Amino acid sequence: MASGVGQQGDAKAQPAPEMTRREAMLQLLRLGGVAAGAVGAGIWLSERSQRPIAGMAKEARRDHRVAIDAQWPKITVVQNGEPQALVRQALENLGGMARFISKQDVVVLKPNIAWDRTPEQAANTNPDLVAEVVRQCWQAGAKRVIVTDVSCNEPQRCFHRSGIEAAARAAGAEVILPDPERFREIDMGGVVLKSWPVFTPFLEADKIINLPIAKHHILTGATLGMKNWYGILGGQRNQLHQQIHQSLADLASFMLPTLTLLDCYRVLIRNGPTGGNLEDVDLKKTLVAGTDPVAIDAYVAKAYWNLDPEQLPYLAMSEARGLGTSDYASLKVKVSQLGS
Amino acid sequence: MTGSRLPKWRRTSQIIFLLLFLVLLIFTSLRGVPGATSDIHLVAPVRLFFEWDPLVAVGNALASHALYRGLVWSLIILLPTLFLGRFFCGWICPMGTLQHFVGNMPSESKHGRQRIESNRYKRWQTIKYVVLIAGLVAAAFGSMAIGWLDPFSLLVRSIGLAILPAFNFAARAVLASLEQSRVGAIRGAGEGIHNFLGLFLLDFRQAHFAQGLVLGILFIAILFASLHVTRLWCRSICPLGALLGAVSRWSVLGLHKDREKCNNCNRCLINCQGGDDPIGGAAWRKAECLMCMNCVGSCPEHALTFRFFRKEKEVASPDLGRRRTITGLAAGAVVVPLMRANTGLGKSRNERLLRPPGALDETEFLARCIRCGECMKVCPNNALHPTIEEAGLEGLWSPTLVPRIGYCEPSCVLCSEVCPTGAIWQITPKEKGWVVGVDAAHNQPVRLGTAFYDRGRCLPWAMATECIVCEEWCPVSPKAIYVEEAQVVDSGGNTKTLKQPRVDPNRCVGCGACEYACPLQDRPAITVTSIGESRSPSSQILLSRS
Repeated sequence: MASGVGQQGDAKAQPAPEMTRREAMLQLLRLGGVAAGAVGAGIWLSERSQRPIAGMAKEARRDHRVAIDAQWPKITVVQNGEPQALVRQALENLGGMARFISKQDVVVLKPNIAWDRTPEQAANTNPDLVAEVVRQCWQAGAKRVIVTDVSCNEPQRCFHRSGIEAAARAAGAEVILPDPERFREIDMGGVVLKSWPVFTPFLEADKIINLPIAKHHILTGATLGMKNWYGILGGQRNQLHQQIHQSLADLASFMLPTLTLLDCYRVLIRNGPTGGNLEDVDLKKTLVAGTDPVAIDAYVAKAYWNLDPEQLPYLAMSEARGLGTSDYASLKVKVSQLGS
Repeated sequence: MTGSRLPKWRRTSQIIFLLLFLVLLIFTSLRGVPGATSDIHLVAPVRLFFEWDPLVAVGNALASHALYRGLVWSLIILLPTLFLGRFFCGWICPMGTLQHFVGNMPSESKHGRQRIESNRYKRWQTIKYVVLIAGLVAAAFGSMAIGWLDPFSLLVRSIGLAILPAFNFAARAVLASLEQSRVGAIRGAGEGIHNFLGLFLLDFRQAHFAQGLVLGILFIAILFASLHVTRLWCRSICPLGALLGAVSRWSVLGLHKDREKCNNCNRCLINCQGGDDPIGGAAWRKAECLMCMNCVGSCPEHALTFRFFRKEKEVASPDLGRRRTITGLAAGAVVVPLMRANTGLGKSRNERLLRPPGALDETEFLARCIRCGECMKVCPNNALHPTIEEAGLEGLWSPTLVPRIGYCEPSCVLCSEVCPTGAIWQITPKEKGWVVGVDAAHNQPVRLGTAFYDRGRCLPWAMATECIVCEEWCPVSPKAIYVEEAQVVDSGGNTKTLKQPRVDPNRCVGCGACEYACPLQDRPAITVTSIGESRSPSSQILLSRS
């Protein structure tokens, strides 16, 4: 203990001064403080020690639907027009964007921006279509309009070469690329989809508009509206194919969009969902939109791939969960023809 | 008077070129891409620096008997060196600047007399000429292994593949802790800084590189050495410095020593960078001097000045001697034949050596690749990595595609754009031919290899489970993966119909997207091997392609 005195020893040999009682007390106090702190921290840390288990994710069903109004159809088909005109006519048929977007809403648009492809290759949603929806949201008084997707290919390339980044920015939207750090673990409450990382912009929206594109897909025959919800997920989503119909129904009952506009302007009829060859693309100049996502998928599957609802089990599953009807004929589909 | 101002100019020049280098290196990535939906090109990749690197030019000229693209511009450095000496090392080279900076830090082994002693000329400074001779002879034998030691190559490789990714990690870790704060203001500040840094500094996603740790430690060790001996690496190893030193023998600018004034105080050595004997009583060593001009200001007697066309005793050529010259020649002449007589290059090629799209056939490739790692730095999918043994010892640190980490993006040709030497020859997305638009029938795509299924691991083949993610991701059209419906029985005895995938080697380009997307994360059920790569006529499967 007394050896501490030597600290003050100078180069010149002087008799070591005696330590005063005051100094000794202070030294004891310091020592006691450090000891008490160490013991306290040790106890606190050992109390905290728990076997790490995955924390329960927050359950958050996302219902962005607006009230049903019998005055307006649940599904509309607009044919033979350019993307911008298709969007305008479809929204007019459905009662106008103001029916869906309230003032000060944060609106997230979810186009398909999955692949490093150009618009002509029809693997991603048409950029002009996205831009027009952005403008319509602004006109309806939205506070923020966000365009985002979780791409499959390298996101910067996908957003760039799809033309969506430039078109959406030009229309005044915020374009958010999928930052790997902005995912939150969510309990999706599905039959097969339990806890999954979801990209946060999709969790913070007031309204969500689904902007998928219709494409060929070997596993289900076609990839349509509900398949677009793959793009809200992070994590190991390559597992979803193992039970694709159940996964699609789970996604569709987790994410209930305000509106769906299924892009059929250019349709990839073979070698989807990536395509690449212009010979695989048919110019259909059509948009199918509405508030019944089941009916929209059923309609387009029949129209372009001659698939009946029985061939797409996820439609029946979604129907059973009350998400819509695959019997689109019962809905009085409002069809508009635009002159060219 | 004017002499003492020169170090200031030199410092400014060093800082400008170091910053320029770092900016170019950081922007050698997919970031802030201009233009609309067209192809993606880089504005100013860091390869511009290699186009000032006469060592790369001379080596490549010897190895490939040609000068690729902009390499002829390195004459811009070589010609003034003929007049001015090694000003490049002292005024421009960012590798030199970093060592200069570290060398100026206070260090226990550099006090007073010790410091003066450490800056005296040493015989080991001639090692770099031996390295240069060996490297150039090796180049003449067709191997650009000198790229291991080229200063720009070293810098791009070390900073691009180790230091910047580590910086990214650190910055993201700090920012993440801010962004997860419960206090809104801190969170907002964190997000603001993140977005701001994301514009020009942080990568879009964290990059990881094989051997990043090794490359980082080597680089730090080289800088650390400067704490003990100023610019140890420049003085003893750097083959570019050696080349410039050899060329500077004809230069007309030199150190004038006023022997009347000199009182042999040796203060000129205190800040000497090159170790070139500016002292009185010894001849100035032209090939060692880096033209840093520090000695001029250090001399209390104003006895030192740099002058044009002076007539003075000097050591103009490297102090090499016949024995060391022969050592260098012999080392270069022996090493490549020894490596080539080993298995590896022609025989027993590594199945997982997947060269980037546009890469030349292996012998041509090794005659050009300087292992700078620029292709790896720029790859937006983090797919390219330095090899350790896949390309043999000779191919150490040359690029290979690791599909498990990242696949080759179908319409991306950035690696071929940035390659300074044409080891990866510049191609267009159209020449790559994976996303062809029209006229698929006449398309001859670049192929990196061929994909093969492991049917013991593939879900539809082995586990009666639907999957087909590989087919979904396959980027070519018509797809190289096709499926066949099959009846399988699961463990419960139920018969199921599902789709089993197969590869058509005619269509497969070896991009690795299937391997990347396969849900079997640890060992994918589909892997790409190099057989069928279009660069190699001897590595083919099919008799003919339809």
